[in-house]
Amino acid sequence: MSELVSTLAITPVTTVDAPASLIAAPTTRGWFARLLRSPSALIGGVLLLLVVLMALSSPLLFPGDPLDMVAEPFLHPGVDAAHLLGSDMLGRDLLSGIFHGARVSLLIAVVSTLLALVLGVSGGLLAGYYGGLADAVLMRVTEFFQTIPSFLFALAIVAVVQPTLVTIALAIGVTAWPSLARLVRAEVLKLRHSEMVQASAALGATDLRIMLRDILPNTLTPILVSTSLMVATAILTESSLAFLGLGDPNAVSWGNMVGSGREVIRTDWYITTIPGIAIVITVLALNLLGDGLADVLDPRDRK
Amino acid sequence: MKIRNIVVRRLLQLVSVALGVTIINFFLLQLAPGDAAQVLAGEAGAATPEYMAALRAQFGLDQPLLVQFWKYILNLAHFNLGYSFRHGMPVAQLIGERVPATLLLMGASILFAVVAGATLGAIAAYRAGRIADVVISTLALVFFATPLFWIGLMLVVVFSVWLDWLPVGGMFTIEAGYTGWKYILDVARHLVLPAVTLGLFYMAVYTRLMRATMVEVRRQDFVRTAVAKGARPPRVLFAHVLRNALLPLVTMLGVQVSSIIGGAVLVETVFSWPGLGRLAFEALFQRDFNLLLGILLCSSIVVIVVNWVVDFVYTRLDPRIRFA
Repeated sequence: MSELVSTLAITPVTTVDAPASLIAAPTTRGWFARLLRSPSALIGGVLLLLVVLMALSSPLLFPGDPLDMVAEPFLHPGVDAAHLLGSDMLGRDLLSGIFHGARVSLLIAVVSTLLALVLGVSGGLLAGYYGGLADAVLMRVTEFFQTIPSFLFALAIVAVVQPTLVTIALAIGVTAWPSLARLVRAEVLKLRHSEMVQASAALGATDLRIMLRDILPNTLTPILVSTSLMVATAILTESSLAFLGLGDPNAVSWGNMVGSGREVIRTDWYITTIPGIAIVITVLALNLLGDGLADVLDPRDRK
Repeated sequence: MKIRNIVVRRLLQLVSVALGVTIINFFLLQLAPGDAAQVLAGEAGAATPEYMAALRAQFGLDQPLLVQFWKYILNLAHFNLGYSFRHGMPVAQLIGERVPATLLLMGASILFAVVAGATLGAIAAYRAGRIADVVISTLALVFFATPLFWIGLMLVVVFSVWLDWLPVGGMFTIEAGYTGWKYILDVARHLVLPAVTLGLFYMAVYTRLMRATMVEVRRQDFVRTAVAKGARPPRVLFAHVLRNALLPLVTMLGVQVSSIIGGAVLVETVFSWPGLGRLAFEALFQRDFNLLLGILLCSSIVVIVVNWVVDFVYTRLDPRIRFA
């Protein structure tokens, strides 16, 4: 899934015709105000804020271990005020699971995306800037990653090294970075011979300084847009792994909740349905935010 | 470019990917707790020390790492992917038996996703800004955010449990023993839910893509010319707009093949579809890493081959692009 989502993110952005150097950097206030006027960014932002609040407040609102049995099993939603969303077949509170699951999902998604960002941005910068061998190697590696099914690859990594929060985040990050590297490389190639870079070089700036101070800031727009989609993809991947039983056994996960509810789906479908809705809302929020960011930051739409 | 050069280049690509997966597989096996002999013997139950020693000698685990690696590659060059103790047959044979079911599922899903996605995207583009567009775009947005395994389970609840229209899982009714047309019909009934489940996500992608490109293509000069010379609307749509709007969709399809295989793992698990994905899931739980990594290798090869087909379709759609 990861390649495809990032390609979606990439397509609208990389087709920008105007060289990025000609685009005046919008002031912070300017693009933030426009972001607030974009309906998809606004809805996505609010939904995401709610999920983040859920994650942050989970230890306060539900201090107990969400994996503990706290109610009678198969309590339907809305029956008991103490357990609003009911309980699963082991008497675990579903609402508590949803709150704590938000923590786990966001944590894994953010860590894996950070890893992919570091690898992808540095790989893309180096390959695009220096070209030659570095570029050839990176292109072969990314082509390779686009060919092997990345979900299956992440699954094999986690299965072999045992699932923990760290290994899951690592596996997702390692399989997600190549598409970002390609995106960054394409952006760097556009700027590599621009007058801005030539001017910096003439002033005696080091390669590192040119890459970090001149080129990187001008590639931030597509990176930002694809980051929100990468987080969304990471959440989908994490929940898919957990659904297959490859989640951290000591942490509650939405995907795992869906998977365990599966056995009683004929009679108690709500156990499966509720955590799935949480995944859909979170991923939807991130996608909307990504769409909104792309609209707002894409200079073509400013006309 | 000459046909021979093309074939050579494609084969080189296939070999290099196979080599890459092999390297990864080899080092993943090194990472597994215990050595490969323990992993391989795990399924054999209580392995005696003599048996372990024999296994180590057979796989050359008592030799330096590089020698081991060389042997691993030599084995692969003979299409020897190892042996699955759990299933009691060679991994290559196991995979070979499961590939057709996965290809059938993938084919049906892609067909559904392309046809439904292109149609919905086209409708949305023609009705841009109106109710139909809003409804279709919202649906696409939601399906794009929905995990495959969850939507599969929800479809099972609605269509199998509540309505009882379609079977819950499997590929055919085993006890019925159908043959001929009845068998095909039976498989088709079992195929509907898994194919739709796997296809919905990609349908959402194609709907969004199709809508965007259709809006773009309809503004082009050649469409205006077609309308101006008096071509009827259906002809403008099918001969001019659709053909051009389908190109990005086909490109996207090629990029997505590897992700569709990943999705197939989930869908096959939900619906007990006897394909590669289901086999990967079983291998996972039996800690049959040799089988799991063999599946990784074979699915990468499937991706390459499907991409060849996609490239071919592309040249048929756009005569400007040569088969290369």
